[in-house]
Amino acid sequence: MKILNKKTLSDIQGVKVTSMDIHAPLLAVKAEPGQFIAVMAVEHGERIPLTIVDSIPGKGIITIIFQEVGLTTKLLGRLSVGDCLYSLVGPLGHPTQISNYGKVVLVGGGVGIAEIYPVAKAFKKAGNKVIIIIGARSKELLILEKELKAVSDELHIATDDGSYGKKGFVTELLQAVIARSKATKQSPSDDKILVYAVGPIPMMKSVSAVTKPAGIKTLVSLNALMVDATGMCGCCRVTVGNETKFSCVDGPDFDAHLVDWDELVKRSRIYIDKEKHICNLNKL
Amino acid sequence: MNRTPIKPKEINAGKRSVNFDEVVLGYQESDALAEASRCIQCKAPKCVSGCPVGIDIKKFIYELTQKDYKSAYQTIREKNNFPSLCGRVCPAEYQCRKACIFTKKDSPFSGDDTINIHFLERFIGDYGMKNGVMGTGLKPVPITRSVAVVGSGPAGLCCAGELARNGIKVVIFEGLHKTGGVLRYGIPPFRLPRNILDFEIDSLKDLGVEINTNFIVGKTKTLDELFADGFSAVFLGLGAGIPSFLGIKGENLCNIYSANEFLTRVNLMSAYKFPEAHTPVNIGKHIIVIGGGNTAMDAARCALRLQKSAGMKPDTTVIYRRTEIEMPARRLEIEHAKEEGVIFRFLVKPDGFAGDENGFVKKLTSLECTLGEPDSSGRRKPIEKPGSNFDIECDMAVIAVGLKANQILTKVTPQLNVDKYGDVIVNPQTMETSIKGVFAGGDIVGGEGTVIEAMGMAKKAAKGIINMLRSL
Repeated sequence: MKILNKKTLSDIQGVKVTSMDIHAPLLAVKAEPGQFIAVMAVEHGERIPLTIVDSIPGKGIITIIFQEVGLTTKLLGRLSVGDCLYSLVGPLGHPTQISNYGKVVLVGGGVGIAEIYPVAKAFKKAGNKVIIIIGARSKELLILEKELKAVSDELHIATDDGSYGKKGFVTELLQAVIARSKATKQSPSDDKILVYAVGPIPMMKSVSAVTKPAGIKTLVSLNALMVDATGMCGCCRVTVGNETKFSCVDGPDFDAHLVDWDELVKRSRIYIDKEKHICNLNKL
Repeated sequence: MNRTPIKPKEINAGKRSVNFDEVVLGYQESDALAEASRCIQCKAPKCVSGCPVGIDIKKFIYELTQKDYKSAYQTIREKNNFPSLCGRVCPAEYQCRKACIFTKKDSPFSGDDTINIHFLERFIGDYGMKNGVMGTGLKPVPITRSVAVVGSGPAGLCCAGELARNGIKVVIFEGLHKTGGVLRYGIPPFRLPRNILDFEIDSLKDLGVEINTNFIVGKTKTLDELFADGFSAVFLGLGAGIPSFLGIKGENLCNIYSANEFLTRVNLMSAYKFPEAHTPVNIGKHIIVIGGGNTAMDAARCALRLQKSAGMKPDTTVIYRRTEIEMPARRLEIEHAKEEGVIFRFLVKPDGFAGDENGFVKKLTSLECTLGEPDSSGRRKPIEKPGSNFDIECDMAVIAVGLKANQILTKVTPQLNVDKYGDVIVNPQTMETSIKGVFAGGDIVGGEGTVIEAMGMAKKAAKGIINMLRSL
């Protein structure tokens, strides 16, 4: 649980994203794309879920990437190389189902860009044509461009302010990719596309709104609030196709077209006042 | 002989319900001696048959009356590794005390004048703890094999203790960051102070038991990998960790908690100390707790304490679809909850929640019930009165209607046979599962039970494991 390496990926406009290599030999061996860990930064801290972005089994290393949003991620960001996390457990959740779909379009927004990396890598390895679309507010906030380029056939970039790539949202790029795919279709299997999206809830909801009418299978990795993250509390419950599911043990990947997005948004805001309060108290 | 039972000292309801300190202070020496002297030392004592681990109750009470506390402690420890713990959380009125000769025939639980066996056990357990009278009289014949125990709840701890006392190397694997399972995430500190729990667990470490937290068998390693690591047998004390919901409308509204989530936040994560502890829990002005078991009582008493400590007017209501008599909770917990100000509404069945525009719960619609004929559980079945719908205002609800088997390991281990509830099937004589060398006990076998029932199964499994190891 020792931090072996720490890198600031972006730190601008109040958005700080950090990458950390952590010594966790058992997890490094087991971790599969799409899985996550539950971590506590300090003894009296919260347990929060974080996606395993990369793992090097031979060196016993796993990598996490997080944006400093609430108290726990801010405290994590204060830890230095050599420090130990108070606790870390995993790998949790079902791995993403990797197979050869033909063409996979991965859409990442904000820190979700980091979370599509291991999945993109696995889809590429499975023989898919991998198209990646990433978006951020501005150029400085884009992370992992080089890494994603290496595991994709095409990489498309959108920024809100137009400082890099196309000015606009990832959904516009996604629409263009889908349109192009349809136009160049030569055989029926050519439009066999899987879309995999990770990012802020509104982004995933918009992606789903684009692909649903087009009938394109879309998976999202949900980052619901969790406590134990092992199926014991039900804090992360989400309605999928009118059924209650636990994001931690039934997910984190779900069919985007079946997710009750409005409920998810509301449930993600349950502790927003307390989060502000505790950050203010800790001057973070 | 004095027929009046001795009540242990308790902190008064007003004072205690604003904090999480222990409520029942237990017996002083004079109290314990007076209570023990009430035991008539039956020739054929029935109480022992009511104890799932078979403590020689008659003997330890006699030793207590002789002030031979050390012997009394060892008598208990011969059968039970955790007297201070069980003396606090055992539902004695359904077990040893119910079997006591002073209980009237056909009574659903013990009467008030039965011997307070659990308080005597607690007195002796605490005496042993304070005075360091360890040692159990058992002389282990070392077995040069090691056993993995999965889960550090009541079953896992008990099995680990039994095996270690028989000279077996034991390693416990616990998924959470702290040990104790339900004893820590479920039972609040005001019923089981954490120093007591820590002491009982530390006593295992003194026996050479190794404990690995943050290790989920089925995720971090599989069962096969444990055997490959050299363990000769595995005990599964996985627990009943999955909360049941009611399946009614609006159940995913914000501020509707499963009892597991609410209690885990408050107890394991110390949300009652927020913001010093970082895990938050919301506190409603009008809190509803649904259920009639010990978990519901724990949740209601925690909720009330949170309201009072936040300077709010206490308003916590337990809703149960039967009546008080049918409640599975311990009588003591029901009494304590009432004294502290928890309101009870019986014969009420929840029908649906409604919320506000932000998705927070606002009210609970319920139906009134009457009691019909006894059902398969032997309790009279609640029958809804048609058209009796009524609303109860609530801005927070805790659902405490039971738990299901933890499935993290069983789902990835298809060779492990489970029943339709997901509970692990065992040979009732040995507690061995469908996989050779893998044993199980506690709530993962046969569903939700009590701490001491889990320990009873764990002891049986330990015996099964020892027999198996001897035959290798």
